[in-house]
Amino acid sequence: MLRRPDFLWVYAVVFIAFLYGPVLLMPLFSVNDGNFATFPLKGFTLRHYSSMATNTSMLLALQNSLKIAVIVSLLSTALAIPAALAITRFRLPGAAPIVSFMMLPLVIPSIVMGVALLVIILKFLGIQLSLWTVAAGHILICLPYCMSVLMSRLEGFDPSLEEASRDLGCNAWQTFVRVTLPLAMPGVISSLLMGFIISFDEFVIAFFLTGTENTLPVYLYSQLRFPNRLPGTLALGSLILIVSAVLVVLAEIIRKRGVPSGNPGDL
Amino acid sequence: MAFASVPARAGSQRDPAILRRRMAGFGLLSPALLLMVLMLALPVMALILMSFWTQDGFELDRTFTLENYRQLVATTDEPTIWFGIPFPFAYPVPAILMLKSLAMSLVATVAVIAVAYPMAYFMAFRITRHKALWIILITIPFWTSYLLRVFSWKIVLGFNGAINSGLKSLGLIEEPLEFLLYNPTAVVITLAHAWVAFAILPIYVSLEKIDRTLLEAASDLGDSRLKRFFRITLPLSAPGTIAASLLVFIPTVGDYVTPALVGGPGGTMIGSLVQDLFLKQNNAPLGAAVSIVMMLIIATLVSLFLWAIGYRKLRSRRA
Repeated sequence: MLRRPDFLWVYAVVFIAFLYGPVLLMPLFSVNDGNFATFPLKGFTLRHYSSMATNTSMLLALQNSLKIAVIVSLLSTALAIPAALAITRFRLPGAAPIVSFMMLPLVIPSIVMGVALLVIILKFLGIQLSLWTVAAGHILICLPYCMSVLMSRLEGFDPSLEEASRDLGCNAWQTFVRVTLPLAMPGVISSLLMGFIISFDEFVIAFFLTGTENTLPVYLYSQLRFPNRLPGTLALGSLILIVSAVLVVLAEIIRKRGVPSGNPGDL
Repeated sequence: MAFASVPARAGSQRDPAILRRRMAGFGLLSPALLLMVLMLALPVMALILMSFWTQDGFELDRTFTLENYRQLVATTDEPTIWFGIPFPFAYPVPAILMLKSLAMSLVATVAVIAVAYPMAYFMAFRITRHKALWIILITIPFWTSYLLRVFSWKIVLGFNGAINSGLKSLGLIEEPLEFLLYNPTAVVITLAHAWVAFAILPIYVSLEKIDRTLLEAASDLGDSRLKRFFRITLPLSAPGTIAASLLVFIPTVGDYVTPALVGGPGGTMIGSLVQDLFLKQNNAPLGAAVSIVMMLIIATLVSLFLWAIGYRKLRSRRA
């Protein structure tokens, strides 16, 4: 039997092409043997990648970004675990408005958060801008994501397992370490990865809060003004894209593993 | 401190066990909450305070004044005309950019919803196998660098970009098309592309939650597929669709990466002005005032919108 040509299937394929097309031009042109991002393609080369190895300012920016991303992902997950437990396991009065408040960074334009933090750091506290101020800003925007990943994971498994552990004589801490944490582990790992990616890719807040040192996105942005550095920028951009994509896939796979959720799309 | 959930309404509100539990709960919540207060509430208050100060050269004058706000609304007899709309302000740039940003974000948001809805519908109703795969496919672009997604449009639309060089090498055009990049349309296209993945998930979730028996019932009672869609599917997915549109609209109004990269002089938005006031013109107080007014206008518009469509009713009906 012939299948009826399905408009929605065609639409979905076109949509995915639209979604990925522009972004995939970056890796495509990055291996093109030319100095512009233009068709027709000239030939395959990896020289734009190999020249990155000697670019010290880029490597320094990469190092800074990695440092910040690791610290941010650890700290925001460490803060989000007890908070997510409090929201999902304790009947707290006012929990709903508190959660809404904590989710605010998702909807506030990041430029507003950037300038607000800039004002308080420079004009009120008199602290010098540095990589630490960038990390602080990044924790603020990562926390809502870490919280929602962990909250949906903690809601996803049966609390009677924890009750059983309590009934069998474990105290709250033992219950947490032996029952809750292992069950929540996919959420924890996913939260760590999400925090890492968000911080690693974040530009606006880093742009406002960085001092003399660059993070990788800030470095990348500064390079965009120079047309003659385009190939190097494309190569760097492609690498960032690939790393982020791999981490996202990993985070999603780990988060979905073993969750018999009827609601696979919830963030 | 215990993690097991307490049966509902066990004892009175003053029961010491319940109080202890609440204390423990708030204890667990407090580090994260404290951080949010310190890093979100306090900075926003500092920003508000700053907007009542003035910049005098390199010196910050900390006397309380409404000067910055007065400057934003001070009128003049010779209005600046922008697209036929008269702006009777002595300093019309913020007002014009604000209106322009709202208009561009609105167009981008409508485009995003129009493009995302069929995709979400497809994922909710057509995909039977490998659902997780499709979700990951949609999620990846959202999590990858916003800066790079915007930059990729510069490669697509640029003077020496993919479209121009592609059309040229195919012999379809002689000279590059200059109208592609550095204008408001380029900004709107780029914004829509950068945010569309973000909008799909909320819509998808609300579609996925629809009780399929309702759809069967509608068909059994004689609704056509189209009628069924407008009477059941669309209203029931409204909460997710509205949430998605707000999640796109609010942050895009203040965006400045996109206008900076693909907007050119004609595509600037209110975020560009804020960035300029803070980092280039060294007028943080005025920049603070512009940010505050921007937030207030967005909040007012969003509240009006939610009130007008009766969002509370929509949500309670779903529950």
